[in-house]
Amino acid sequence: MHGDETITAICTAFGNAGIHIIRISGGEAFCVIEKIFKKGKSQKPFRVSEYDSHTIHYGYIFDKDKCIDEVMVSVYKAPNSYTKEDVIEINCHGGSYVAKNILMLITGLGVRMAEPGEFSKRAFLNGRIDLSQAEAIMEIIKSQNDYALKSSVNHLRGNIKKNIEKIREDILNEVAYMEAALDDPEHYELNNYGSILREKILPCIDNLEMLKKSYREGRIISEGVNTVIAGKPNVGKSSFLNYLLKENKAIVTDIPGTTRDIIEYSINIGNICLNLTDTAGIHKTEDYIEKIGIEKTLESINAAQLIICIFDMSREFDEEDEYVLSQIEGKNCIVLLNKSDLECKLDIDKLKSRKIKYIVFSTQTGEGFDLFVKELENMFYSDIIDVENEIFITNARHAEAINNAIQSLKLVINSISEEMPEDIITIDMMDAYNFLGEITGDTIGEQLIDKIFAEFCMGK
Amino acid sequence: MNNKRIIEYNYDVAVVGAGHAGCEASLATARLGYKTIVFTVSIDNIAMMPCNPNIGGTSKGHLVREIDALGGEIGINIDKTYIQSKMLNRSKGPAVHSLRAQADKKNYSAEMRKTLENTDNLDIRQAEVTNIIVENNSIKGVITSSGTVYYAKTVILCTGVYLKAKCIYGDVSSNTGPNGLSAANELSQSLIDNGIEIRRFKTGTPARIDKRTIDFSVMQEQKGDEHITPFSFTNKASDIERKQISCWLTYTNETTHEIIKENIDRSPLFAGIIEGTGPRYCPSIEDKVMRFADKERHQIFIEPEGEYTNEMYIGGMSTSLPEDVQYNMYRSIKGLENAHIVRNGYAIEYDCINPLQLKLNLEFKNISGLFGAGQINGSSGYEEAAAQGIIAGINAVKYIENEEPVIIDRSEGYIGVLIDDLVTKGTNEPYRMMTSRAEYRLLLRQDNADYRLTPIGYKVGLISEDRYQKFLKKMKNIELEIERIRNTYIDADDNTNKILEKYGTTAISSSISLAELIKRPELNYDKTAELDKKRQPLEQEVVEQVDNMIKYEGYIERQKRQVEQYKKLENKRIPDNINYFTIGSLRKEAVQKLDSIRPASIGQASRISGVSPADISVLLVYLKGK
Repeated sequence: MHGDETITAICTAFGNAGIHIIRISGGEAFCVIEKIFKKGKSQKPFRVSEYDSHTIHYGYIFDKDKCIDEVMVSVYKAPNSYTKEDVIEINCHGGSYVAKNILMLITGLGVRMAEPGEFSKRAFLNGRIDLSQAEAIMEIIKSQNDYALKSSVNHLRGNIKKNIEKIREDILNEVAYMEAALDDPEHYELNNYGSILREKILPCIDNLEMLKKSYREGRIISEGVNTVIAGKPNVGKSSFLNYLLKENKAIVTDIPGTTRDIIEYSINIGNICLNLTDTAGIHKTEDYIEKIGIEKTLESINAAQLIICIFDMSREFDEEDEYVLSQIEGKNCIVLLNKSDLECKLDIDKLKSRKIKYIVFSTQTGEGFDLFVKELENMFYSDIIDVENEIFITNARHAEAINNAIQSLKLVINSISEEMPEDIITIDMMDAYNFLGEITGDTIGEQLIDKIFAEFCMGK
Repeated sequence: MNNKRIIEYNYDVAVVGAGHAGCEASLATARLGYKTIVFTVSIDNIAMMPCNPNIGGTSKGHLVREIDALGGEIGINIDKTYIQSKMLNRSKGPAVHSLRAQADKKNYSAEMRKTLENTDNLDIRQAEVTNIIVENNSIKGVITSSGTVYYAKTVILCTGVYLKAKCIYGDVSSNTGPNGLSAANELSQSLIDNGIEIRRFKTGTPARIDKRTIDFSVMQEQKGDEHITPFSFTNKASDIERKQISCWLTYTNETTHEIIKENIDRSPLFAGIIEGTGPRYCPSIEDKVMRFADKERHQIFIEPEGEYTNEMYIGGMSTSLPEDVQYNMYRSIKGLENAHIVRNGYAIEYDCINPLQLKLNLEFKNISGLFGAGQINGSSGYEEAAAQGIIAGINAVKYIENEEPVIIDRSEGYIGVLIDDLVTKGTNEPYRMMTSRAEYRLLLRQDNADYRLTPIGYKVGLISEDRYQKFLKKMKNIELEIERIRNTYIDADDNTNKILEKYGTTAISSSISLAELIKRPELNYDKTAELDKKRQPLEQEVVEQVDNMIKYEGYIERQKRQVEQYKKLENKRIPDNINYFTIGSLRKEAVQKLDSIRPASIGQASRISGVSPADISVLLVYLKGK
């Protein structure tokens, strides 16, 4: 099996979950569990060899004489496990304290902490999963909401693979026919084959174009929408953000590694993940430091996929509001009129006359929140009907491969129009075939391996 | 009392067999200065063509030009002895244009014999080799049926179809090689004793018919090209032009098919008398009729065997049916109603080796210094044999000199595709070259074989300085002309557009480069002559390459990118001492295949059947960790 070292990690998410699972994989896994686990109420010594694979055992984890936790231990014997190595999974009580203690106990016995994705890496290297499945697992690990998860799971089951394989098969069938005809012209006709081929290739292009289109939505699913909250000072930008955080507190994550002084959050609203940037208020100022802040805000607005623009209903629409409006013009934007719980002083007709769609909102009462969610979903998932059954491309590498394949097939169509001979046409057909093979893992490329393993070892 | 004296000789190279592989192999080693002996069971049948009377054809023509570019003999020999020459597939793209020439069989053989007899360092010996001498996994020589020992530093096996050969038609069989020549019945056992895996293949040939009994008036005449193309880059068309002899086309019909179907149970193949595996791509007529059951007719080419004889070869109708069925079958064909059969069609079974036992230099993995070339390696065809012959010859010399082998890869030539396929993928039937086997065929055109391989032939020492200088001059001319065409701009005037109109292509409104015009489907290099005021007359071979390289520029570029990808994996070498059994993450089947084939590179490994892309990923990751 790959790698001699035995590795371990807590496989469940950090936090106060009700239960944690600790996985140990490798040649020493059984040895380790026999040292720390006593089976049953009677706390008998545990001998893995006495039990079948895929059995679960009740008992206690001991650190020398001290009982740490009451647990369930699952035994998976190689090669019938996720990594195809000997695997032990310990279900212990929740609370990270207990799990961490057990983990320390295991690592104290010479077992190494697994790197992120390392179990999957071993599963791949040991032939349990193929590269595209490995890639999908990495996406599941990173996925931030239900849609993304389902899309990754679809991917894992091989839906993308099946779809792409079908197209590859179609391409190969045509190439095979042309090759047969070139080598055995007596028995295989090529008369008028160009138009037949065109009819076969055009649907392949359409199909790939659909997948390519799904990449935009797929990316929103897996990576979220880069969103900026904009408005002049004191319109309630921060309280809007706090409102979102409060309503969705369980799923807030800080995005690490940002060096900018603009604060970023990743929040799930409905089925969309918003990567939120809270910005400095936009207003006219002579203050040098403030100016820098505002410039940054404007930069963020330009780069954003969505702008949530907030106005204060309880104040008159002024020059600064006007300036804000001018900055967001023509951009993907949701306008919120905040503080609907206070007396309305804003001239709403003025907005109406400029055909600006708005939602009346209150961070105090929650008015308008449902409308806001609906608008969001309309905006980004207009074409999406059923995520579970639709196939989405969520991976930049796949999107690139699909795009390359489309280009090659278009060259084929072009060659047909120019009445190029078949022995020339097959060149671009094979290119398309191989580009698509990069997705299914059938085209061997070292770059692919490098790319995927860079992800496996992230956070190293 | 034992007064038998053992006679011993010493050679650098011993070549077993003087067919198309043996001739190229022995000429290569002798020309490179090594004392060579070539054995044949019949000196009167050197380079015999026991089947079709032609050299070249689709993809095989490529092989011949490649052998010639390396400094081989086949191209020169067919140029001397052709009786008809034709460039096939002219209506298709340049990648599949293939040269084919009808040969005068007797002349072909006689000329090759003359060449061998007059080559320095080369001895011919009529004798049957019965044993190979192996010590410490290394070849030491061969022994003939008389017990004479020929020590040699290297031995090249080119036994063709002669190992335990058996000719069969109907229920008649004889243990002979083709045309009644004696078979080599003992060598197989010596190979087996030395750990070589032997298998049994079969091939076949059609009947020969007396020309005087054929009615050509009801057949279509197939003439040669008016302007012929020589096979050898050393010849100009004008050097070898001669009166050509026609071939004739006719067809099988439903009666023919009926006769075959009715008697199929009498075919030794279908009755199970023949055990060897036959070539799928060169099927017998009974195979074709059974396989393409809905086909109403099959093409039959009637080809002369030479100027010296009335025998005509019935191309497309190879058979091993009984004699009476053969008569009925042939005579059911239009124009053959009164045919007199001179020789029966027959199938031939023979021993050959599993080519997976060879390295890319055609040397046996388990016996150093022992090489195999031609049909013994599981291929079929004169050209395939000759291609392996020259490579085995070159590498036998490299072996003696203790130098790196010469390996032509899949992006350099059909020869590379042929050998890589044989030793990497193996074959379960006689392997025939086809253009579809070459992934990069637009780069492997027959017109540029010298560009691809003559530098290698020169470096090896098979291309003379004089020929090399001529080659360099030709390449320079091509380069200069392409450059000139790219930089020649044609004005958009009435005269220009009148000419464009003549060829049915759209008029131009502003000045355009000549290269752009040549790329148009309606035009080519020759058709733009009127527009190209400064054009100087160039040799046809130069024009052909210039035209292809400009016209298909975009495709050539894309194919070159494919080659770059291929080379990346090809250049990932796998260390010789790798132990696949310690890479537990490989699948069991892959471990076994990799361990027995021992590929030289990741690229080669990826072409082994039974090794999946996932296995290759594992290998890449493993090698990365090394």
